[in-house]
Amino acid sequence: MTILTFTLLLLAGAYLAGLVGSLTGLGGGVVLIPLLTLVFHVDIRYAIGAALLASIANSSGAASAYVKEGITNIRLGMFLEIATTVGAVVGAVIAVFTPTNTIAILFGSILLFSAGMTLRKKNQEALPVGSATANKLKLNSSYPTKAGEVSYHLKNVGAGFSIMTVAGIFSGLLGIGSGALKVLAMDSTMHIPFKVSTTTSNFMIGVTAAASAVVYLQRGYMDACIAFPVVLGVLAGAFTGSKLLSRIDARVLKYIFCTAIAFVAIEMIYNGYNHKF
Amino acid sequence: MKKIISKIHLADHDIEQFIGLQLRFGVLLSSFIVLMGGILYLMQSGSMPLPHYQLFIGQKAGLTTGREIWHSVTGMEAKGIIQFGVIVLIATPILRILFSLIGFIFEKDRLYIGITMVVLSVMMISIFGGLKV
Repeated sequence: MTILTFTLLLLAGAYLAGLVGSLTGLGGGVVLIPLLTLVFHVDIRYAIGAALLASIANSSGAASAYVKEGITNIRLGMFLEIATTVGAVVGAVIAVFTPTNTIAILFGSILLFSAGMTLRKKNQEALPVGSATANKLKLNSSYPTKAGEVSYHLKNVGAGFSIMTVAGIFSGLLGIGSGALKVLAMDSTMHIPFKVSTTTSNFMIGVTAAASAVVYLQRGYMDACIAFPVVLGVLAGAFTGSKLLSRIDARVLKYIFCTAIAFVAIEMIYNGYNHKF
Repeated sequence: MKKIISKIHLADHDIEQFIGLQLRFGVLLSSFIVLMGGILYLMQSGSMPLPHYQLFIGQKAGLTTGREIWHSVTGMEAKGIIQFGVIVLIATPILRILFSLIGFIFEKDRLYIGITMVVLSVMMISIFGGLKV
């Protein structure tokens, strides 16, 4: 295979990864790592480097739209970024001492969990009264809906912060956004309305990924010639996805993709178990 | 009281608009640089056989420090230009933290100036802390 064919194939693959990632809400990196390792037989370390870049591109691109609409809770994002960036740096350091097969197995498990999380029922209710910590940290806010501004309050800040640290560690270790864990912390634990938790999680993914990306860049995980088609492809795919999402009913697609992703996850775990990475 | 609230809200809104623009600009700029470098790379070496990506070389491949990358960019090397675009991409969310900090300083929100400084310090440790092992 020449470099040109590889680049074009990867560009198409990354486009699909960005599209599926944005339609399911899983993010581009989650599809990209299996694509690079299982299909293109690229070393998982290069795949992690590329996936981190895809996460940053995706998050920054989408966040720019959400932030302007005023749905994202910037204070909450900033506060929780303490947890995710510390976690991400820890994850990036642990990664050196973790065998690639273990990373593949962990990745598969997180993938299964993420696919499951995508299909669960979402929290739409805004909490009327928050906890004392949430008040002290000024985390309560409001967001625009069709029926006007809705104010919401938070609770279980400490527990949410802890889950965020774990999300950060996985993000740094595996090169993914860990969107599912972030939503679990905000949505199910801190009782933030779904729309706010997804956009704020997306807003944070860029910073979290950047915290470990700088470490990986210095370690040589970021190969320019893989990064080039990946960044451009994922961005274009995510852009198409966001346009499609408002026009089609993505629910059926979501079920199909999540089932497909579950199979991919099992393949990653199986290959990791058999030391194929 | 009401006036104070609306004032805070206004400032919040301005910062949100600005951060939105900054993120979009960063992504567009980096993809433009990556695209330019990528086209140059394909023109120079598109017909060559694929490097062995199933083997991890890591740092020995170069382009892992600011100096190496900058040297390569000024030499108009395709890989260096792509890697420079990658750096612009990684810098986009980091710059966002800096702009949030400026926003909180304008609002005189001491608590969040502190919180943002913590996030920024973690980032600096990650960049300059020699964590690559």
